[in-house]
Amino acid sequence: MTQTETRQHPVEELDEVVIRFAGDSGDGMQLTGDRFTSASAVMGNDLSTLPEFPAEIRAPAGTIAGVSVFQVRISDFDISTPGDAPDVLVAMNPAALKSQLPRVVQGGIIIINTDAFNDRNLEKAGYESNPLEDGTLEGYRVYPVPMTDLTRRSTEHLGVKPRDAERSKNFFALGVVSWMFTRPVEPTIDWIHQKFAGKELVIAANEAAFKAGYNYGETAEIFEAHYEIKSAHMPPGEYTNVNGNTALSWGIVATGGLAKLPVFLGSYPITPASDILHELSRRKNFGIRTFQAEDEIAACGAALGAAYGGNLAYTTTSGPGLALKTETIGLAVSLEVPLVIVDVQRGGPSTGLPTKPEAADLLMAMYGRNSESPIPIVAAKSPSDCFFAAIEAARIALKYRTPVMLLSDGFLANSSEPWLLPDVDSLPDISVEKATQPNGMDEDGNPVFLPYLRDPETLARPWAVPGTPGLEHRVGGLEKEDPTGNVSYDPANHAHMIELRAAKVAGIAKDIPEVEVHGNPDADLLVLGWGSTWGAIDAAAHRAADRGMDVAYAHLTHLNPFPSNLGEVLSRYDRILVPEMNCGQLSRLVRAEYLVDAQSLSKMNGVPFTSGEILAAIAEQLGA
Amino acid sequence: MTDVQTTTRKDWMSDQEVRWCPGCGDYSILAAVQFLLPELGVKRENTVFVSGIGCAARFPYYMNTYGMHSIHGRAPAIATGLALSNPDLDVWVIGGDGDMLSIGGNHLIHAMRRNVRVKILLFNNMIYGLTKGQYSPTSEVGKVTKSSPFGSLDRPFDPVSLALGAEAGFVARTHDMDRKHMMATFRRAWEHDGSALVEIFQNCNVFNDGAWGDLTKKANRANMLIELKHGEPIRFGANDEFGVVIDCDGARVAEVAEVGLDAIAVHDEKAEDPSVAFMLSRLALTPHQPTPIGVFRAADRPEYSQATNQQLLDAQAKLGGGDLAALLRSGGTWTVEG
Repeated sequence: MTQTETRQHPVEELDEVVIRFAGDSGDGMQLTGDRFTSASAVMGNDLSTLPEFPAEIRAPAGTIAGVSVFQVRISDFDISTPGDAPDVLVAMNPAALKSQLPRVVQGGIIIINTDAFNDRNLEKAGYESNPLEDGTLEGYRVYPVPMTDLTRRSTEHLGVKPRDAERSKNFFALGVVSWMFTRPVEPTIDWIHQKFAGKELVIAANEAAFKAGYNYGETAEIFEAHYEIKSAHMPPGEYTNVNGNTALSWGIVATGGLAKLPVFLGSYPITPASDILHELSRRKNFGIRTFQAEDEIAACGAALGAAYGGNLAYTTTSGPGLALKTETIGLAVSLEVPLVIVDVQRGGPSTGLPTKPEAADLLMAMYGRNSESPIPIVAAKSPSDCFFAAIEAARIALKYRTPVMLLSDGFLANSSEPWLLPDVDSLPDISVEKATQPNGMDEDGNPVFLPYLRDPETLARPWAVPGTPGLEHRVGGLEKEDPTGNVSYDPANHAHMIELRAAKVAGIAKDIPEVEVHGNPDADLLVLGWGSTWGAIDAAAHRAADRGMDVAYAHLTHLNPFPSNLGEVLSRYDRILVPEMNCGQLSRLVRAEYLVDAQSLSKMNGVPFTSGEILAAIAEQLGA
Repeated sequence: MTDVQTTTRKDWMSDQEVRWCPGCGDYSILAAVQFLLPELGVKRENTVFVSGIGCAARFPYYMNTYGMHSIHGRAPAIATGLALSNPDLDVWVIGGDGDMLSIGGNHLIHAMRRNVRVKILLFNNMIYGLTKGQYSPTSEVGKVTKSSPFGSLDRPFDPVSLALGAEAGFVARTHDMDRKHMMATFRRAWEHDGSALVEIFQNCNVFNDGAWGDLTKKANRANMLIELKHGEPIRFGANDEFGVVIDCDGARVAEVAEVGLDAIAVHDEKAEDPSVAFMLSRLALTPHQPTPIGVFRAADRPEYSQATNQQLLDAQAKLGGGDLAALLRSGGTWTVEG
């Protein structure tokens, strides 16, 4: 920057700020938000992000439907949610302003690209008059900036065509906001050079626009102040910024080494799970085989085939794809082979809201197969927790020779947070022994292999993979005789096998951690959560405590079986509140299982809970 | 099972009682496979039969190998994952016309185009047997069954045409009345480096008895089955008096004496372009016309599981073995001091 020595603006310190970048889906708002986040991470802020984008790749330009949003919250203290209401809105066009303004806090800052506020765009956004002039923005601190024009002018000398220059206006916006929140410029400039390597003109234009935006903040006399957010007091160590899909992918990568097995992924592209397929497809040097199948069914079938062949196999999908996989998962229940099914949940029913989060596949994970087909369920609670949840799901699948459902959701998938990197040597050994020898005798005393002779402790059957001499045997979806695995229609055997499969899954409760109670354990109210609601519950519980409300809270990573102490924990509280992005699925499960009066706090609008919403429900429960 | 060269049929038979209807064509197919495997010198532990649902799909239970009786239509997908997980395995897929062409049609065509090392034996009896007699995707138009009392309206698939259209590298046809021909055809499928489809005309003596009789009865074979032999003119008849002529209108049967031997097409199973093989598959569209059997196409192309493994090896050579700690840091890190 050229004029730092002449800076005249006072610097105000903030504890935290929530910034929302909003523009047309072609405006590069995700990129802008992501860059701002990375620059903030480098400064040691705690942060949490929430991208929101339309399902259409290019919704009609300038319309409300086409608005793409990236919210980031940065702070000097430990945070667990991307924030409730934004303090700052960057609106690149009228549709962005119109759709996002209701969320902005009163008195908040609004930075507007005035060049986009022409009659045509105003009409597309549904404005009858220009909100910059008609008083709509009264009560906000509005900074109108002709970003398109300034971007064009800043890149003119490079020989960039005006139309191309406009595409750099998100970097101008990023420059303005970077100045406003005293973010370092070097990491972003370095990043521009890396990201657009080989496209010299693009690099030059983006860098020029970014610097022009930064200098505009510095020199244009419209901003009263700029702001600083000090580093958060985070535990010492090495951090990276990670979103849930990446963390989950890396967790899968990790399991190959931890299990000493080749990893196989059978997948079919589906939003919001595709990024896991993309990430793992890049990791072939870890020995990971990825297979993009012809459909969801084949993706799960191929994974099952690979699991039968001795690989550590995964299939990844979202709700509609899970519906297609259910028959194959049922076969995996019957065959008792290890298989991890990842469901990155999204809004439904049917195609629903592909890019919006929901957590309404819990009952499907639990019961969505014909007959009695119990499977363990593991759910991640934060973006970085996806890494550990993947390892836990694989551990259970391998040890108990069972399909395991791993639940994430669209919020965790795309939301990011700083992650204190684990020591990879401290990760658990999840390897298991495969069968190599006959395990029984026939009537004549000859050694035979009994494929369903179970480990007395885990009730797991032997994992005898093709290629192992002497253990040739047949398995299938027909009911099997215990322990020979031969087809059996015997009524007593069928009842016995149903019980054995159920007992095996139920027994996993002995092998998972007890549920922990946080907050004030002696409170009357327990907030019970699962999945991505953890951040909002944790924040709400802290805010409740700050206001003198006694509240305990607990979060479930294992949803089948439940932790062994859950019934006892629930029995200690007069009131139980279960916030969920569904119509009360966990609350129904705990009511059925433990006969407790668990109250559901349901949210089904495609937007994650805010801590304020949960705080309000806590207050209501406590009559506060 | 170490000295695999010396196995006999008995070594490949499981201890399970075979439960197809007496007189079912499946018995002779099972026997052909059990006679062939000792000849191939393969190992029982490296041999896997994967099936879907249907009468034919019980096949794995009767083989003393690894086997999976899976779910309806999905065997090609499961077998693909299995073949990818261990390239040393011989993976065979067994299924009927309903299993493979109806509910599993999608998996079948994709297994074909990928050329993954699975050998698909398609038992075509033109009927649903296990569900007791409904029309199948290969039943002729007008077929009267329990679910089509006024005649089926569906136009049938020709499995060989379908496979050729699905970019299959190996497509062949045989029938359940000729063990020698079955064994020779299955051997060719096994030898092919990639996916192979063998359609087997199979008699369902309960729900569709004699459906292939015009072709497969001993007395009819000479005039009704056209045996394809690579590099030879396509001729048939008791005295080779008939032949197949191919031109831009397609393939048709002609009398050799009438058109001359030079006009008779010479079979080229290795042709890169499958169009001529496709024409041959359209020569007979009902089981009442002279019909080609044998290997329609055996084209060389890269095998999928080997190509998959090669990508892993190339990535390891280029990037080195995976380093998890480095991967976790690949997005950039920062350090918070204590």
